[in-house]
Amino acid sequence: MIQPLSHLPHSQEDPATLAARFSDLAPPLNARQAHLEASRCLYCYDAPCVNACPSEIDIPSFIRNIHQDNVQGAAQKILSANILGGSCARVCPTEVLCQQACVRNNAHECAPVLIGSLQRYAVDNAHFSGHPFQRAATTGKRIAVVGAGPAGLSCAHRSAMHGHDVVIFEARDKAGGLNEYGIAKYKLVDDYAQRELDFLLGIGGIEIRHGQRLGENLSLSDLHQQFDAVFLGLGLAASKQLGLSDEQAPGLLAATEYIRELRQADDLSQLPVADRCIVLGAGNTAIDMAVQMARLGARDVNLVYRRGLEDMGATLHEQDIAKANQVRLLTWAQPQQVLLDDAGHVCGMRFSRTHLENGRLVIGAETFDLPADAIFKAIGQAFDDSALVDPLARELKRQDGRILVDEHLRTSVPGVYAGGDCTSLDQDLTVQAVQHGKLAAEAINAQLMLNVEAA
Amino acid sequence: MADLSIVFAGIKAPNPFWLASAPPTDKAYNVVRAFEAGWGGVVWKTLGEDPAAVNVSSRYSAHYGANREVLGINNIELITDRSLEINLREITQVKKDWPDRALIVSLMVPCVEESWKNILPLVEATGADGIELNFGCPHGMPERGMGAAVGQVPEYVEQVTRWCKTYCSLPVIVKLTPNITDIRVAARAAHRGGADAVSLINTINSITSVDLDRMVALPSVGSQSTHGGYCGSAVKPIALNMVAEIARDPQTRGLPICGIGGIGSWRDAAEFIALGSGAVQVCTAAMLHGFRIVEEMKDGLSRWMDSQGHANLQAFSGRAVGNTTDWKYLDINYQVIAKIDQEACIGCGRCHIACEDTSHQAIASLKQADGTHVYEVIDDECVGCNLCQITCPVQDCIEMVTVDTGKPFLDWNHDPRNPYHVTA
Repeated sequence: MIQPLSHLPHSQEDPATLAARFSDLAPPLNARQAHLEASRCLYCYDAPCVNACPSEIDIPSFIRNIHQDNVQGAAQKILSANILGGSCARVCPTEVLCQQACVRNNAHECAPVLIGSLQRYAVDNAHFSGHPFQRAATTGKRIAVVGAGPAGLSCAHRSAMHGHDVVIFEARDKAGGLNEYGIAKYKLVDDYAQRELDFLLGIGGIEIRHGQRLGENLSLSDLHQQFDAVFLGLGLAASKQLGLSDEQAPGLLAATEYIRELRQADDLSQLPVADRCIVLGAGNTAIDMAVQMARLGARDVNLVYRRGLEDMGATLHEQDIAKANQVRLLTWAQPQQVLLDDAGHVCGMRFSRTHLENGRLVIGAETFDLPADAIFKAIGQAFDDSALVDPLARELKRQDGRILVDEHLRTSVPGVYAGGDCTSLDQDLTVQAVQHGKLAAEAINAQLMLNVEAA
Repeated sequence: MADLSIVFAGIKAPNPFWLASAPPTDKAYNVVRAFEAGWGGVVWKTLGEDPAAVNVSSRYSAHYGANREVLGINNIELITDRSLEINLREITQVKKDWPDRALIVSLMVPCVEESWKNILPLVEATGADGIELNFGCPHGMPERGMGAAVGQVPEYVEQVTRWCKTYCSLPVIVKLTPNITDIRVAARAAHRGGADAVSLINTINSITSVDLDRMVALPSVGSQSTHGGYCGSAVKPIALNMVAEIARDPQTRGLPICGIGGIGSWRDAAEFIALGSGAVQVCTAAMLHGFRIVEEMKDGLSRWMDSQGHANLQAFSGRAVGNTTDWKYLDINYQVIAKIDQEACIGCGRCHIACEDTSHQAIASLKQADGTHVYEVIDDECVGCNLCQITCPVQDCIEMVTVDTGKPFLDWNHDPRNPYHVTA
């Protein structure tokens, strides 16, 4: 139940229609298509696509494997660099990563190789008879991973591979993090996050304990004492606030909250749907929210951003998806006031026109009202400090409101590592989180094995 | 428009594009369709003595490129599997209906004078323009003493050619097998026997691939396979080489050559003609795309000839022969080096890794601040081998530029570094 929208009606569409609208946005390649696409790869040396991949997948090599009918070899190559290669193939903004760097994206070459689609093809069609990675001999070392999102899962898998025993502490009922709760439904269909989780856990040596929330029933001090190393993959649990009055009014909520419910809904026709809605923000989450609301049946979806299109965090590809779904992109407008009806429900929002003066954003005098029965905030996520309240946790140094780590993902507290969105390092991307988890596991392993040698 | 008509070994044709003796010319139905499409001539699929040959199933297999384009086809089909009488009747009718087209009849009978003496008058009676002696078929027939079994023995080539010239007044074209060590030996034998022309190449002994599940080579006949004959664009370089060898040979100078082997475009045909061919034969390209390809071949060739000012094929036939020489006559002082057009470069790094790993370490990979690479030729290290240009996926991105060394022409015969150089 999405409490702030409990007064809104459900979608008028029948469940089958709705389900079809949330099927695979980018359907998979078949064998013929994959072969054709693979043949377009030039097998570059020191390939720009690899340099652009945060998880350093050897892209030319896996594509060559696909082309030589060695799909399993391709998948193994992908997964050895990125154990969540299946979901990254689906959710990565490839248009600003590998596919942007592809030399065939050059003006003379017409179009980049569809690296994401090929990666998905390889992982989906590998059909391993067992888990493709072997655990090293058990070391007797125990590692605590807090958060079962991409960073935590990646760290857990790599650590298990090195022979350590891993316990993952997860607050929610399901593991997967944003892959389970935060990605637009049509980008990750068929319960993929859970299927991928099952595959990942196939390596063995990983235990997940649910309902464990740092700062509530879990403390870093305890974990630090009980385990040989701790990895924090906490994500960004807090949604940023507008700072307006009536921000708690029924009809106004965080986009992530709605998407989480949508992702978990078995029957989309039971979700509350706005007739007219406003999405505030400019990132991919804002686009996801707006498009999903449009597909649920909202007639009028406005995405409002205080700056211009070129400043939006959402990629051009994402903006195109929004436009294709009749989402209106309104720019240069800043929220001023939540408008309420007599019952106290949201009935619209007042915006001020904005513009740039000497490079600074200026809020003008002109205002306009947009009617809406729901407003979704997608103005960014913030690190939730309440997780780090015990004495040891408070010692963790921060940078820009997040946990400070070095290039080995070490925090300021020895034996405590962190990765993914909760850290100050790199972009907030699934593939980046996977890389952090992997590198942290390597750093933890190196440290633990060094200690073994010294002892 | 340029005049594409030819007179080859006394045989007239409206254009130099002939279909080779093969499945596309097996019967009147196909040949008529070919003539309707505009082919200048056909060589009717090889006739033999009755009883007709019997073929197996399956018959073809292919060698594929990266994108499933067919590079070459291998076949194990024999000569015509229809009776001599039916073939002769159809040939007679087709020639009557298409008098302006060249109609050559391919023949293969046992290496016995009597056999040739019997069949030649029958062929001549059809009104055909010439005969082509199939001394090249590399599969099946050699086991019976025919095809390549004849073509590989110069004495047989000469003898059978002489019989044909004795018992037949038609022009005799001798089709040569490439499955020998020196093509000139067979061409000289044909020449001595009185051949009016040679045609080459026939197919090359081949196995295209192996079915690794069934552990049998392809094409398979049940659980077995056999050695076949290879044709298609992959054999073009081999055919061009052999055509040029014959064209350059003083002993066969002036002997007309019909070029065959991997011709699929007007440019392929022009190259064969430039190396001394007076006509060309096509098979695999037609088998892959149908007879309509001749339209683009004719149009492309005549437009190119117009652009070069060639009024007819004689104007450029053999023009590249004189520039083909022995290695020892090449200019040792000539030097080219690679030049990369940085505007056209897409940064794939293939030239660098090819040169670095396998050649002369002459292309530097310079990492830029933004993570991309710039590739630069190290002039002093470049030997001008062309490998970078070959591996570059962008046409005209890498140019091989002539360097003025200031040194005179010098061939190995006169190079002081050659212990046996000519001192005079």
